[in-house]
Amino acid sequence: MESLEEIKARGEAAVPGAKITIVPNPGPANQPSLLLDHEHATAIARFLRNDVALRLDHCSNATGVDWLDRKVSKKVKVKKVVEGEEKEIEETHEEFFPGYLEAVYHLYSMTHKHGPVVIRMRTTDRGEAARLPSLTPIFRSAEFQEREIFDLYGIRFDGHPDLRRILMWDEFADFPMRKDYREPDDYEYEPTPHDDVLEKAKEHYSARPQLDGAENLTAQS
Amino acid sequence: MSGQVDEGLRSELQKQGIWVTSTQELYNWGRRNSIWPLQFGLACCAIEMIATAASRYDLARFGGEVFRPSPRQADLMIVAGTVTKKMAPQIVRLYNQMPDPKYVISMGACAISGGPFKQGYNVLKGIDRYIPVDVYIPGCPPRPEALLHAFMELQRKIDGQKLTGESKAPFLDANQPSEFPVPAFGAHDLEPPLNSDVFHPPTIKR
Amino acid sequence: MSVGFHELEEAPPPMTSRLEGELLEVSMGPQHPSTHGVFRMNVALEGEIVRKLKPVFGYLHRNHEKIGENTSYLGSMPYTDRLDYFCSMTNNWAYALSVEKLAGIEVPERAEYLRVILAELTRLQNHASLLGFLLSDMGAWGTPLMYAFREREKILDLFESLSGSRMMCDYMRFGGCRCDLPPGWMERARKLVDGFPRFLDEFEKLVVSNEILIARTQEVGKLSAELAINAGITGPMLRACGVNYDLRKVDGYGFYPRFKFRVPLGEHGDCYDRLMMRVLELRESVGILQQAMEQIPPGPIVNPKVKLRSFRPPVGEAYGRIEGPKGELGFYLISDGGSNPYRYRVRPPSFINLTILEDLCLGHTVADVMVILGSIDIVMGEVDR
Repeated sequence: MESLEEIKARGEAAVPGAKITIVPNPGPANQPSLLLDHEHATAIARFLRNDVALRLDHCSNATGVDWLDRKVSKKVKVKKVVEGEEKEIEETHEEFFPGYLEAVYHLYSMTHKHGPVVIRMRTTDRGEAARLPSLTPIFRSAEFQEREIFDLYGIRFDGHPDLRRILMWDEFADFPMRKDYREPDDYEYEPTPHDDVLEKAKEHYSARPQLDGAENLTAQS
Repeated sequence: MSGQVDEGLRSELQKQGIWVTSTQELYNWGRRNSIWPLQFGLACCAIEMIATAASRYDLARFGGEVFRPSPRQADLMIVAGTVTKKMAPQIVRLYNQMPDPKYVISMGACAISGGPFKQGYNVLKGIDRYIPVDVYIPGCPPRPEALLHAFMELQRKIDGQKLTGESKAPFLDANQPSEFPVPAFGAHDLEPPLNSDVFHPPTIKR
Repeated sequence: MSVGFHELEEAPPPMTSRLEGELLEVSMGPQHPSTHGVFRMNVALEGEIVRKLKPVFGYLHRNHEKIGENTSYLGSMPYTDRLDYFCSMTNNWAYALSVEKLAGIEVPERAEYLRVILAELTRLQNHASLLGFLLSDMGAWGTPLMYAFREREKILDLFESLSGSRMMCDYMRFGGCRCDLPPGWMERARKLVDGFPRFLDEFEKLVVSNEILIARTQEVGKLSAELAINAGITGPMLRACGVNYDLRKVDGYGFYPRFKFRVPLGEHGDCYDRLMMRVLELRESVGILQQAMEQIPPGPIVNPKVKLRSFRPPVGEAYGRIEGPKGELGFYLISDGGSNPYRYRVRPPSFINLTILEDLCLGHTVADVMVILGSIDIVMGEVDR
């Protein structure tokens, strides 16, 4: 199979205006991926599927990843004029990376028996704009998997034929696979509480004593 | 459990070829040897339940091989596997549809307390939050022998049930509920998260 | 004064015309005797013909992925047993393989052979029980399942003496296996494998040319190769459509290239082909097992460089997959350098194989739905995770 750089070059040539970025993978697995822009993602995916040399006709896996807001503090040496004198001062800069949701697809070729080519798309934020183009019209296998991503991560896929919750019930309001999801507090007690379970138990019993049998507990710990 | 019959007299009579019994004994003997379970599996434990019913372990030796696909014909519900919050209302509904007398075996760690999946947001922490359970079997999954043991325990329980008097079996008491409210799907959790008439968490001191 | 037929003013309309266009909605499941667990289908029927079918999932969604992100890498190994609870060994292998890819771990030769042997034994018991269940769905209630479970119990005994548990083996580790074979294990396994073709002969004689079976399965639930590829169908179901794609050949993981075996292919993609695919694969698996048991070398069974406690793979991501008995089982892992995976994803073959369930069932009768579902071979633990 050709290298990702060649695929990127050919894809950008085949779909005018498309912007593909190669996302490196530092681990030993050596599976770098292609980041697609929203506007041309379906066209690029169609190119990858239909291109004679690539023929990536098997979309094996489609999944979501949640990346929270990150703050990275860096120490930077800055030249500043202090009391009329130029000095080099070390300053701590906090760089803010806004969080986003990501959909990752693993493509293989059943015709040529090669792969994987990993493609990913990123939403602009984790709130209202968590939308991505759906690849279900190109790969039918993404149908249920995109529904699952919607259910658990809350990415809305434009162009998906039937985007509903799939694993949780329809009335459910949260997106449980997100990193900041808080599960309902329904532990009755823990037999051997320690560390964060103990904290959880304490919090639980002080907050809602009437519901969960906490009246049977003594307050000391 | 010989009811009113004196044990010594009974064995004397038996030597003469006369078999004496009480209605209660006969009634319970019949019930305990023809327990029809609901054919209903949830997860991994269901496979061990099938293995129990298959030829090697042979549940038929205990009279429990007639798995009924309809709750209306079943005496026993074996909750075999993880109960998720999405599934819990259906299980309560199935339990309500079963005719009295009815029994529940909670098979495996998941059905008892959530087991290894207790941390899960969609996992019910034990089916005894909504319906009463007669026999619990630990294990993940319990071996078929463990299910047989649970079955024998249940038979022992049935044998001990009284038909009359103060301590008669709950299914003969009109004041005892035989149906329980079905929880509803809420925005974050089941509503209510447990039935406090049924579920009494154990007292622990810390 | 006889009342003749002609005296009726108007013939009553036939029954069918009154039902025309009226769809009856039926919810099959989640408690249903032959849905293989807690699977539910909302079916719209016209008479007995299926016009619409929507699967409903999630009744066994026990948050495997979320729990996997909150436990250590090794801590997820026992959870993988409970994914597809028929095939704990292959689940272990797929997970171990993905972590080995993620961290770049070598596996000793003997361990790879052990993995092949155990995976093929798993395939034997999975396919055997599938045949039993499928025939039960067709109305052969009891007997084939008893036969299948008889064979399965023998294999489970082997698993138990090796790993300590019948179903949830938790046997493989990153870079090898947990423990070596107990004495006498190989002889027992060899005896079982050598005797297995007898079971197959008997089974085939019983069912394969049975007229009822042929009537219930041939031309039922036909799947075209194009749709199968596009919908991501894998495993025996894909090969029943005639697509030659077996990861044991394609990826060549775990020393499979060292063994001689053929990949059986179907022609029509109907339920009969899918059933026969399992029977033929069983025969090939017996062949692989015999070769592997012949060739297995002595040696260490685990890579000593791997520190299983406080295991922290380098930053990166990996997707590893193997040919499970139900199809392509993959694990996608993202490591941020910590002791827990940042993202832990299972690619469940039976979930994705259900994508085309509606396409297969449309136009068939309700009774055929059960046969089609049975021939897909699903396990809810894996579908809902």
